[in-house]
Amino acid sequence: MKRQIYANLQRKITFITLLVSFIPLISLSVIIYYQFAQVFRNKIEEQIEYRARVQSNAIELFLKERTAILLAMADTYTFDYLAEKNNLERIFQIMNHRVGGFIDLGLIDSAGRQIAYVGPYNLVSLNYYSQPWFPEVESKGVYISDIFMGYRQIPHFIIALQRQENKKRWILRATIDSDVFESLVRAAQVGKSGDAFIINKESFYQTHLRFGGQILSRSHLDPTLFGVGTTVLEKEDKDGKKILYAGSWLKKNNWLLVISQDASEEMTKLFKTKKIEIVIVVFGCLMIILTTIFTTHLTIRRLETADRKMNELNAQLVHSDKLAALGKMAAGVAHEINNPLAVIAEKTGWMEDLLTEEDFQKSQHFAEYKKSLGKIEEHVERARKVIHGMLGFARRMEPHLEDVDINEVLDQTISFLESYARTNNIVIEKELETDLPIIASDRAQLQQVFLNLLTNAVDAIGKDGKIYLTSRRIDSEIAVSVRDNGPGIPKEYQPRVFEPFFTTKQSGKGTGLGLSVTYNIVSSMGGTITLDSEEGKGTAFTVRLPIVVPEKK
Amino acid sequence: METFRVLAVDDETDFLETIVNRLLKRKIEATGVPGGEAALALMKEKNFDVVLLDIKMPGGMDGIEILREIKKIQPLTEVILLTGHASVETSIEGLKSGAFDYLLKPVKFVELLEKLIAAFEKKNAQEQRIRGAKIRGIINFE
Repeated sequence: MKRQIYANLQRKITFITLLVSFIPLISLSVIIYYQFAQVFRNKIEEQIEYRARVQSNAIELFLKERTAILLAMADTYTFDYLAEKNNLERIFQIMNHRVGGFIDLGLIDSAGRQIAYVGPYNLVSLNYYSQPWFPEVESKGVYISDIFMGYRQIPHFIIALQRQENKKRWILRATIDSDVFESLVRAAQVGKSGDAFIINKESFYQTHLRFGGQILSRSHLDPTLFGVGTTVLEKEDKDGKKILYAGSWLKKNNWLLVISQDASEEMTKLFKTKKIEIVIVVFGCLMIILTTIFTTHLTIRRLETADRKMNELNAQLVHSDKLAALGKMAAGVAHEINNPLAVIAEKTGWMEDLLTEEDFQKSQHFAEYKKSLGKIEEHVERARKVIHGMLGFARRMEPHLEDVDINEVLDQTISFLESYARTNNIVIEKELETDLPIIASDRAQLQQVFLNLLTNAVDAIGKDGKIYLTSRRIDSEIAVSVRDNGPGIPKEYQPRVFEPFFTTKQSGKGTGLGLSVTYNIVSSMGGTITLDSEEGKGTAFTVRLPIVVPEKK
Repeated sequence: METFRVLAVDDETDFLETIVNRLLKRKIEATGVPGGEAALALMKEKNFDVVLLDIKMPGGMDGIEILREIKKIQPLTEVILLTGHASVETSIEGLKSGAFDYLLKPVKFVELLEKLIAAFEKKNAQEQRIRGAKIRGIINFE
């Protein structure tokens, strides 16, 4: 039953402690993880956005440079000059030398016919009038086309510009080297799966994709999702992977540079962190569980011990209360019995007195009368001893304090018993510690205590034996021990020896009050008395008295 | 024949009667009264050497009070307290108030006789000393 209570308490404490430890720990780690994940993600988005912006600037610059040099050439030279193949070739060389990245260069008249051409393809005399870019150049003056196949049937894009010379219009057209351009775009690729490409307003790829996607095929990306400047979005691809896209508009919002990145690839660092965090949290939880179980167990054991001690103390208190009540009762009973006993004693005495007279001596049963009266007196004496013992037990007065030398009291007490002990061949050996402090105590009561213990020892031995009497100072107490080598006290009797009226002596020999009186006196002095006995080996009683220093007079 | 006078005071008349008889039988001039007031009244008329006083008597004056009154009437008379009620406090109080001794009932008659004689001897010695002192006062040593 008791164990159940402690087990329940232990469970409750463990549960509550774990609850209040786990809730903050786990919620803290979850919050920190999500905050961290958010910050990490923001950083990734910022990075990809930054790359898109920087790369789009680089591409814009690339296009501007090429446009500018083309413009410079057109402004510097006349149609007739450029129409000479040698001249055009020289200019082409200059352009590639200065900025590079041109595949070919062509001069086209207002009718769309290519007058002169420098480049790897045989395109001289072809008419471009019906090409989609032609009207664009005519209307805008300078035009950078999207990717198209054209006559050469290879995806490419051109920069074309129109000039007016003596009412005669002509066009200078250059093709940009796709390899150079694509490598510029690809410079923005990152990681194992990151890509960088350009799509036009109608979502057609303007560059090759890193994995698979064909130039001029249609992209699944909707360019309208990307706003002015640089925009970052997250989309799932067809495999369900989350992909981050950063898009930046180029070429007066005609092209969109897109940098894509597998979100999970960038997040691997975060997932690693997550794993470490989980390990730490699990380890922390384990430590908390172990510590909680251990400390709770320890606390409960302490509590149990304290409870047990308190119960023992309570039992002792109840015991002394019982003794006190019994003492009071004994005193009342003693008084009630003493008076009639006194009358019996005196009447018997009076009858004996009268028996001495002559008339009675001649009586036939004189001897019987005398013997009977003697018996009455003997038994009155026996009753008297019991009653007086009870009164001794009842004596619970405040100790009368005087300066007491314990060793002196012990010596004196031994002297009472010496002759009796000698005749029964009992040796009393003493080992008294010299310079024991003088204490304030009740000499008479102490004497009674020691006399009771010594008498018991003598009675226990009967004949031929040894009594060891020792006095010692132990810290703030004086311990007096009386040990005999008598038969010892059986285990079942040991807890009862201090109870009043408990005796193992023959009927009529002991009142059973000696040890309870002793116990009461020692308790009233603030001391303790303990028993250590083993059957067949002997018994030792140890009295411990607090050292109470006498007041200075 | 020289003897001494004992006054026994006890409300237990059976006890009182017997003790007086036993003392008388031993040529001790014993008188018994059943209460404190009666004892004091008698002592105003007659001298006693020793008073045997029961200090726990129902009603009337408290035993210790009677002891003090007795000591006022006859200061040299020794008082032995004899009681069935053992109380260390009253015994100490009694001895402080001038009682010769404190005995617990039932007492062995021989012990009682010893105590009576001891008390009587003490009273006599006191008287002798006082008489001597008086004589010293009378005699001129010059």
